[in-house]
Amino acid sequence: MPSLPPIRPEDEAVAKVRGNTGAFDAPPVAEEDRVRFDYLLRLGDDSLILGQRLSEYCGHAPSVEVDLSLANMGLDLIGQATHFLEYASKVEGAGRDGDALAFRRDVLDFRNCWLVEQPNGDFAQTMARQFLFSTWQKLLFGQLTASADEMIAAIAAKAVKEVTYHEELSAEWVIRLGDGTDESRRRMKEGLDWNWRFIPELFEMDEIAAEMTSRGIGADVGSFREEYDRKVRAVIEQATLEVPSDQRPILGGRRGHHSENLGHILAPMQYLQRTYPDATW
Amino acid sequence: MSKDWPLWEVFVRSKGGLSHRHVGSVHAPDAEIAVRHARDTYTRRMEGVSLWVVPSAQIIASDPAEDGPMFEPAEDKIYRHPTFYNIPDGISHI
Repeated sequence: MPSLPPIRPEDEAVAKVRGNTGAFDAPPVAEEDRVRFDYLLRLGDDSLILGQRLSEYCGHAPSVEVDLSLANMGLDLIGQATHFLEYASKVEGAGRDGDALAFRRDVLDFRNCWLVEQPNGDFAQTMARQFLFSTWQKLLFGQLTASADEMIAAIAAKAVKEVTYHEELSAEWVIRLGDGTDESRRRMKEGLDWNWRFIPELFEMDEIAAEMTSRGIGADVGSFREEYDRKVRAVIEQATLEVPSDQRPILGGRRGHHSENLGHILAPMQYLQRTYPDATW
Repeated sequence: MSKDWPLWEVFVRSKGGLSHRHVGSVHAPDAEIAVRHARDTYTRRMEGVSLWVVPSAQIIASDPAEDGPMFEPAEDKIYRHPTFYNIPDGISHI
């Protein structure tokens, strides 16, 4: 986990002037915008963290063609994250931009789901994670294209095409590895088993998600749960594998509770901006 | 791993109305994955609007040892080139 920057004397002076209002770094944000900000972080952080995870494959994939596919998907996701986090920074209105949200936020302030921070494991585990996530993200963005928030609707409309491809490609690989050799079959089964317990979090409706839905801004994830299950089951069956049995769900990413993996993702990702703030080249 | 996968030749149509042109090859376990690999390898910078992949094994090639009889007779037949026509400005794909 990246360490927090030290508190300098001038920071303390600022804090004294502002008083103890909990507004040390930023002016207070209207409650309505705070919820929207949090929701945008969820959307942006999912894409950011998975994009960063996929980028770890650069130069390490089973073949140069797969290497390019994974990097392309990673770049699609980083692009989505850029849009969501830039917009989040405007909603927050605290003077930090999308880059600051990505590179200078600490691990407890990240709002991504647990699934995207899971380790790459082997290629099968990576594809299982991608398939389970992209299938969900496509349904999510499909709904968000009708969001009452025009910016969210526009980002979703652009991203849904990218994610459609991610879902198709990863589904193809789930099928081929599952219905492949003894070894690829075993690996895909283990990959699905590993990632299975993180699915319930994708469909969690907490207060923030519920408020965003009631305002017509957020997606009603429960409304496509059945469709998600049906799609996932169809691909797993085509892969001649058994649908994993449900495990104890792991929740909390949306509230900042993460696995130890996230800190290890952020450390190399944030190193440069934390060591040399505002560095450019 | 890729050495076990068959090779596929990739053809890209850069825009409607033009023909597909050979751009290279990819390794892939089957035709569907080959199309996706070709998409990610050769059209990620907006190079195309349509893709073909063909199993490389299905390409029938001329024999390099036969280059002489195959191609040299055309070398001194310059009159077969349409170089005596003036091409109007603005014709870019000829």
